[in-house]
Amino acid sequence: MDVASFLKYIASGTAYTIAVTLIALPSGLVIGTLFALANVYGGKVIQRLTALYSTIMRGLPPIVLLFILYFIVSGSINLSPFWAGSISLGIVTSAYQMEIIRGAILSVSGGQMMAARAIGMNKIQAIRYIILPQTVRLAIPPWSNEAAIVIKDSSLVYALGVPEILRRAQLISASTQEPFLAFTAAALIYFILVFVTNRSLDALERRLRIPANP
Amino acid sequence: MSKPILTIKNLTKKYGENVVFHDINLSVNEGDTIVIIGPSGTGKSTLLRCINLLTRSDAGEIWLDDKEITCKECDEDKVRQHIGMVFQNFLLFNHLTALENVRLGLTRVKHMNPADAQLKAMQELERVGLLDRAGHYPGQLSGGQQQRVAIARALAMDPRVMLFDEPTSALDPELIGEVLEVMRKLALEGMTMLVVTHEMGFAREVADRIVFLEKGSVVEEGSPNDLFYHPKNERTREFLWKITELYGKKDTEQGNG
Repeated sequence: MDVASFLKYIASGTAYTIAVTLIALPSGLVIGTLFALANVYGGKVIQRLTALYSTIMRGLPPIVLLFILYFIVSGSINLSPFWAGSISLGIVTSAYQMEIIRGAILSVSGGQMMAARAIGMNKIQAIRYIILPQTVRLAIPPWSNEAAIVIKDSSLVYALGVPEILRRAQLISASTQEPFLAFTAAALIYFILVFVTNRSLDALERRLRIPANP
Repeated sequence: MSKPILTIKNLTKKYGENVVFHDINLSVNEGDTIVIIGPSGTGKSTLLRCINLLTRSDAGEIWLDDKEITCKECDEDKVRQHIGMVFQNFLLFNHLTALENVRLGLTRVKHMNPADAQLKAMQELERVGLLDRAGHYPGQLSGGQQQRVAIARALAMDPRVMLFDEPTSALDPELIGEVLEVMRKLALEGMTMLVVTHEMGFAREVADRIVFLEKGSVVEEGSPNDLFYHPKNERTREFLWKITELYGKKDTEQGNG
């Protein structure tokens, strides 16, 4: 096999990397947002439980969590390593995303909720039409950071045997004795993925920015 | 026009041991403008918040149009639709244009159809003289304009009563006039209003009745004439003297002239 086909083999892992990210990131966003709302607007018990969830999840190395979650998930339902790994990664990132969304909700002034309630909206309407639209805008910059981390952390599922970029790079490195070439190729792909994602989110942030006088 | 629209009976609010106000009684007739004055920390703002149920009172009753609104089964979201509130710091929805701010309650709370809501929102903006700013975001408006949009937002819901919580306190002096002008017009149109303010010129000119609140209870209430020129209570006299000295220089020039 020549160098070109080695590189092609590594690059074809990109589909897995993107797929893992596209499962983990949105599922983490949904869980994170629900937990953040529960934490900010829920009762004391819910507040404590969600805070505990966040503390534990963020207090452990992702790879350790990934193994634990993988064995829980794949032990209870029959899932491929790909799905089990992606879901586990989604749970890991949900805690970080919860903190991002929570912080953004808290930066929307409490007065906005009060003003919404004052025109007769119920709490759900106020959250839906007033709080969340402003939260989204505030959350994009830190969320862009988390998106980059999830793209990079998707490489962790290689430990579960998912043939994504890093896994393939390692196989090539072992079989060709060309580690530098293999891992540089992998690094380049990760970098492009992260770069494009961050740039797109920057553009989104600019597009959603609320006009104001300087 | 002497039908009581809003009646407050023995209303009490405490935060723990700290009594914000106690046994407040107040009856507001349709079309009346009541101005509530008093030193800061005497529960004026809390009283307004209790009236539209943003804060729960601890004892007493509030009646709006012959219906108790402080009962346990009362639907507070429904009640708030009928009580407009204007805040000291405007609190416009920052991500929405002036028009959208006014329209949102119509479409989402009153479930008006979009075309009617649009028309009504534009009429309300016109009423406060800001139709030409309909497409502007709060961040593109001056404080005075923001507060006028906030008034339009509250008016759009066709409230029975409007509550104003120090509507001009956060404004630069040169922007106060335009907001007071809108409020003056509303009072003339017969809107029932409860206004917490330090603008004594406005109180003297527009109020049907002034209520002096101190340390959580009503010290004195009466017509502007009674309170300004024949106050019965020493505290009322002292307070009015101080506040007129602070805020009222321009009022004595225009208001009395």
